[in-house]
This record gives sequence, C-alpha cells and structure tokens, in this order.
Amino acid sequence: MERMPKWADVILTPLISLVLAFAISALVILAIGESPAEALKVMVQGALGSSYGWGFTLYYTTNFVFTGLAVMVAYHAGLFNIGGEGQAAMGGLGVALVVLALPWPHWALALPAAAMGAALFGALWALVPAWLQARRGSHIVITTIMFNFIAAAALNYMLVNVLRPVGSMDPASARFPEAAHLPKLSEMALGLGVEWGRNTPANVTFFLAIAACLLVWLLIWRTRLGYEIRAFGKSEPAALYAGISPVRITVLAMLVSGALAGLMAVNNVMGEAERLVLNAVEGAGFIGIAVALMGRNHPLGVLLAALLFGFLYQGGGELALWTSIPRELIVVIQALVILFTGALDNMVRMPLERLFAALRRKGA
Amino acid sequence: MTATPAPAIELRGISKAFGPVQANRDIDLVVPRGTIHGIIGENGAGKSTLMSILYGFYRPDAGEILVGGKPVAIADSQAAIRAGIGMVFQHFKLVQNFTVLENVVLGAEDGRLLRPSLSRARGELKRLAAEYGLQVDPDALVEELSVGHQQRVEILKALYRRADILILDEPTGVLTPAEADHLFRILRGLKDEGKTIILITHKLREIMEITDNVSVMRRGEMVASVRTAETGPAELAELMVGRKVLLRVDKPPARPGAPVLEVRGLRMVDAEGVERLRGIDLEIRAGEILGIAGVAGNGQTQLLEILGGFPEAGARLQGEIRLGGRPLPLQGPGADGRARRRAGIGHVPEDRQAEGLIMDFTAWENIAFGYHHAPEFQRGPLMDNAAIRADAMGKIQRFDIRPPNPDLAAKSFSGGNQQKIVVAREVERNPELLLIGQPTRGVDIGAIEFIHKRIVALRDAGRAVLLVSVELDEIMALSDRILVMFDGHIMGERLPAEATTGDLGCLMAGVEPARADAGGGAG
Repeated sequence: MERMPKWADVILTPLISLVLAFAISALVILAIGESPAEALKVMVQGALGSSYGWGFTLYYTTNFVFTGLAVMVAYHAGLFNIGGEGQAAMGGLGVALVVLALPWPHWALALPAAAMGAALFGALWALVPAWLQARRGSHIVITTIMFNFIAAAALNYMLVNVLRPVGSMDPASARFPEAAHLPKLSEMALGLGVEWGRNTPANVTFFLAIAACLLVWLLIWRTRLGYEIRAFGKSEPAALYAGISPVRITVLAMLVSGALAGLMAVNNVMGEAERLVLNAVEGAGFIGIAVALMGRNHPLGVLLAALLFGFLYQGGGELALWTSIPRELIVVIQALVILFTGALDNMVRMPLERLFAALRRKGA
Repeated sequence: MTATPAPAIELRGISKAFGPVQANRDIDLVVPRGTIHGIIGENGAGKSTLMSILYGFYRPDAGEILVGGKPVAIADSQAAIRAGIGMVFQHFKLVQNFTVLENVVLGAEDGRLLRPSLSRARGELKRLAAEYGLQVDPDALVEELSVGHQQRVEILKALYRRADILILDEPTGVLTPAEADHLFRILRGLKDEGKTIILITHKLREIMEITDNVSVMRRGEMVASVRTAETGPAELAELMVGRKVLLRVDKPPARPGAPVLEVRGLRMVDAEGVERLRGIDLEIRAGEILGIAGVAGNGQTQLLEILGGFPEAGARLQGEIRLGGRPLPLQGPGADGRARRRAGIGHVPEDRQAEGLIMDFTAWENIAFGYHHAPEFQRGPLMDNAAIRADAMGKIQRFDIRPPNPDLAAKSFSGGNQQKIVVAREVERNPELLLIGQPTRGVDIGAIEFIHKRIVALRDAGRAVLLVSVELDEIMALSDRILVMFDGHIMGERLPAEATTGDLGCLMAGVEPARADAGGGAG
C-alpha cells in the first residue's frame, strides 16, 4: 500500500529538506559573522528580483535541465552516469566543429545542425563506457569519471592545436560567425515590444530544454524503449526473462543520456560564449546529478530542481558581488542542498512516512 | 539417566515466521555431544532458517535454545561463537585476496597489532592440521586454493575460534566426489576428538554414509528424528516429500496428440564449469501435461531457462530442441525470451518476483511484460497504454485478481494474486507450449485451485504443458506423465496412477527404488 500521499512524497519531502539545508546554511553564515537574512535578500533580489536576474537564472537552469535529464535517463536503466561533465564538454566540441565548418546563413539552420553535432558527440562519448559496462562489466561510474578527464584533455588538445586561430594566444576556438548567433531571450522579448533582461545570456535554447523535458517524458513513459529501459533498470533477471537485451538497453540508454548532456553545449557554447573555450561546462555535469536526485527522476521535477539550482548559482554570484560573503560559501550552500535533498532524503522521508501512517491510523 | 551428559544442543519449540510464511513451526531437536547429526529436507523446508537461528542471524519468534544443557540467548554470530558454535556456509565467507592465515585471524585478532595474532595463529593452525588432517598452506592466497581447500579454511576458522559444535550447510554441493570423501574423513576425525557436527543436506547418500542420527524437516516442521542405523534411504525420501496427497484436481483423461516439444541430448555446462544438464531427452505432446519432479537444484531451473530463452550467462549448451517439428536455436540473439514467445512458448517462471514481474511496475504494465512488442499494444511510435490497460482489466476480471485495481504496483498484491497476474498473462496468449515452474509456491489454497484449473483447461484445449514443481502432491495431481530429475539427468518416468511417493522419493534422491527396497519394489 502507498505509505503517504503523492503530494507529500513529491513536494513536502524535498521542501522540508530544502528548509533544513537553508537553516544550516544560515547558521554557517551567522558563524562567519554575516546576516543570513541579508544574504537571502541579496540572493533572491539578485536571482529573481529583476528581469536581469531572471535572465541569468534561466540560463543556468537551461544547463542544469540538460545535465539533469541526462542523469535521469541513465538512472531509469539502473545506470549512474557521472560523466555528464565530459559528455557536455564533447558536446561543445561538436557544436564548435559544426558551426565553424560552414558559413551558416541563418541561426535557424545552424541551431538544428549544431544540436545534432552536440548530441552526437555527447552520445559517442557515453558510448565507450556503455559498451565497456555492457560487454565487459566495467563499472560505469568509474569509466564515466575517467572519461571526464579524458574529455578535458582531448578538448585541451583540440583547442590548443587544432581550433585555435592562427596568431591567437588564447586556447579557444575562433568566434562563431554573426549569423550563427542564437537569439537571446531579451532580443526575442524586444521583438514583442517588451524590455526584458537586457545583456543576459538566457537564449532560445531554454525552449529546447523545455522540449527536451517533454520528449524525455514521452520516451520514458510512453515508448517501448522507455518501458524496456525502466524494466531493465528495476530488474535485470526479469528483463532477460522478457527477452530484453541488457547490452542493447545499456547502450541505448547511455547514448540518449550522453546526447542530452551534450545538448547542454548548445546553450553555453553556442548561445552564450559564441566560441569554444576551456572548461566551458563549469561543473554543470555534476550539478545534473543533484538535479536528477532532487527532481525524483521525473522531467517535471528535473525542471523545478534545475530552476532551484539556477537560482542558487545566480544568487550565489550576486552574494559574492555585493556582500563580503566569499564565493566558496555558495558551494557550501549548494553542497548542503545536495546533501539534504539527495543523500539524506530518507532522514526526512521516514519520519514523514511514520507521521502519515499514524495519522491514517487515527483517522481509521 | 544422571550419567548421560547434557546434549550439545537442544532446541525446544522454535518457531519463526517471515510475514505470512511459517518457516519454522515448533521445532524440537536434540543433538547429543560427539555425534554427527544430519538434518535433511527439501529446499524451502526450513533447514537453513533453523540453522540461521542457531547462529544468531535470526531471532526465533518463540522457543528456547540450550547449549550444553544451559539456556542461551544467541543475539548475533558473536554470541554463537562464544557459545562454541561455528558455521561453515554453503557460500564461503572468505576474503579472496587474503592469505589463509589472514582469513583465519580476521575478526579474531588479539589486539591492535596484527603480527602477534598471526604468529599465534600459525602455531595453532599447525596443531589443528596435525590433529584433524586439515592441511592447508597458511601463506597461500585463498583465491589460488581449490574449492575443497577453501572449505578447509572455513572449518579452520571455526576451530580457531574454539568451536565445539560445527554446523555445515550443504558442504558437498560444490565439491568433487574425491573432495567430499576427504571432507568426510575430516568430519569423522573431528567427531573422534569429541566435536559435535550438524550436517545440513538434501543428499540421502551422505546422510547414510556419515551421520549417527538424522532429523527430517518438511514445510517448516520437524517430521522425524531417528538413528541413521535404524532407517534407510527409501523411508527418509518418503518422510522428506510427504506421504499425504492433499491435492485433487478433477481432470478428464488426457488425449495426447502430435509431439509439440522434443528435446534431444540437451547438455549444459555453467560458467563455473559444472555440468548442470547431462543429456536430457523428453517429449511433450499436444494436450498433455508433463510433470518434472525433483529436489530443487537438480537441473530443472536450467532446463526451464534454456527452453524459455534465458540460460545463465557464460553457459555452454549442446543438444537439440524442436517445437512443432521445427528446430529452435539454443543460444544467441534468435534464442531470447522474445523469440521464444514468438515461436509460441509461454513461460511462468519459477521466481515470479525476480523474473516474472517488475515489482515496482503497476499491474497493467506487468500484464504486457514480455508481450510489449505485440502489435495490438502499439500506436505509431508510442505504446498504446489505453489498449494495454483495457487488456489488463479483462484479465484481472477473468482471473479474479484482487484488489481489481490495475494501477496498483505488483509488489502491493499478495503472492497468490501476483502469480495470477503472471499466469493470466502467459495462459491467455494460448501458447503452443506452456512452461510453468513452481506454479503455486507461496500461493494460498484458493489461488492454487484456480491456477491448477487453468493449466488443465489449457491442456484440454490441445496445448502442451511442461510443469516443474518441488511439490510432489502437485506433480502427482496435475501431470499426465511424470519424469524425475536428479543431478542433471532423468532418473525415470512414471505414470501418476502407478507412482507412489516412496518410489518417486527414491528417484528424487538418486536411488533406484528396486535397490533401496532390496528387491521389494515394483521392479
């Protein structure tokens, strides 16, 4: 029987975890002699208090949606993809190669091509660990972590030796041509006659992220492949009994996962930097793990959790800018959120379950 | 009477339930000091649960344990060791990349520094080796030892912890015959030194060869305790499988038609190199139920898995399978569960919770499981969830699955209703051949009757059924022909009308009935 109502499972539990995480963060801020109330005000103001703040928050959110979905799809197949970081980095390489290869006449043509390049490179980067897991039993957590380092090194090589324009001292690709620049959300708003979020990086990729949420939902809960992925993730012996090939599912799930992580590059490389630079991913691949955990491996949850982490990222930046709270403290706050919503999930869930069980007994 | 020393172990009224399953019911057991005591029973009879209670893994719901005449509370394995009880598990608990010496000392170190413990253990091992014939090189790595030697390390571990009472759980299951002989010599040596040994097994031959007394368990109860010298394998086999026929299934006589399944010379060697099937030949005709009796672990599982299209990884197969005259591949992509279903084989697997169902999936999702490629369940690139639900609703009604809620997760249903979900899914596809393993394990009596009727109805519709069960009653009640499997081959064939449980019990124990009854059998 269900232990507690769905709303308590999906909303109440993460909310309480979040409050606990913020409460302890407040104690830490107090301990370094700053005011938690002031800090919260700066964060909320900076991230959500203006269209400028939102323009950044939504940009970060877009990154985290892609990496969160990547972790989520692999998770449903019982695979823990820690390699989002490397897959997103390789996705960036895919974007750069596609955009710089042709004189794109318009961004609307460049976008699908670049997205395909990003997805393809991300997927291929996930393919090797997937294959090793399926065929050789090499643990995917270990191999995807290793592949993060290999991706960083490979990217370094590509930028320094291949993509760097002649005469440049900067390990970065050439700037993308003007025609291939993605429209910013601010520009799109201006087109509608609204002044919104000037000089912010949020761009059209945000809508791609929303579409990805919908497509992933369809894939996991409405297609045969999704059915097989979930069945395999829940029970490998049962999958074998039903004639579902573990090799096929492991490889396909990781290809989709890697492609989603790779797609993040459309946002940060093509949409924001407009060239490929070193360390463009900036840890978003790892944040994706927390986003998927907190989003309870559902696309809607991933979207909401990505928004939360987008807020933390942007609010944290503002905090470092306007107060004497060091930037490192933001990492502490993020870590606490991950700790409480992910690792310590049961600490809140179990007492809640007991509470609801007690309430039900009283009601009965 | 006063001269009799207190028994090494005495159990009084031990009971233990896991949820609705009564694993042990009011068990009494007396093991005199310095004897070898066999505990025999089928898989699931409750032997391992009883020994786990004795070793502190489970707490009994009721009852009392006396060691050396004194009541003891055994809360954990440390307490068991303090009481002088040592256990050798079926699956060894050794650290593979430690040496023998390190394994023996592990968990019984004298202090924070390892060296004094190791040198003391080295001397102690030398003494034990000399005393009991337990020679093992103390500096060898465990992973480099043969299975027989690894078992000796387990015994040494127990003796090093000053165990007076040694429990061995199915010790010969992994041994070659020569290694088993050596083990028995060691056990006799231990007995001569005054140790008490409890041997858990389902092999009658071992009981007869080495034990002084034997206790028989069946369905969680201790049905008999006798002196080995005063009994024989036939009597023990009968005690093990039970004499009463509780089940009766009304069925018209079978009218077998053309052969549906033909298996010729099927052999299987598993990844560890153990030969699990040693040349199986069988045939099932349309409109016939073939029952395979046997103690669990004699190759029935492997047979079902191969026919169902999912032999364990790394297995090597040989032989021929034909369905309706057409050969089926044994292994490879054309031999998976999906291909088998397409060929017309339905399969109710032995382990419904691990294989037959996804416990976290809803009932309706499970009712499509394995048939999720069926054209009627597709709508363009998506699955037609509405069609699957409608199909599930029909099956839930026709099979009276309760509660009749298709959105409930499979794990929320009782065992009987879970099994009905699987049976409904497989039977209603009207397969040419139905494989059905342990159809009523953990199923309540009402559902048993229902499932049996469905199996008979499928037969009467001209389909072939391969039934594997460790419940002899069920085999006798349902089958039109009975094959008995033992140690990977077919021991014999009987018709249910002329078979007796004693006769079948002997075959199941690998004993020819004629020999066991000294010429008094059916011949």
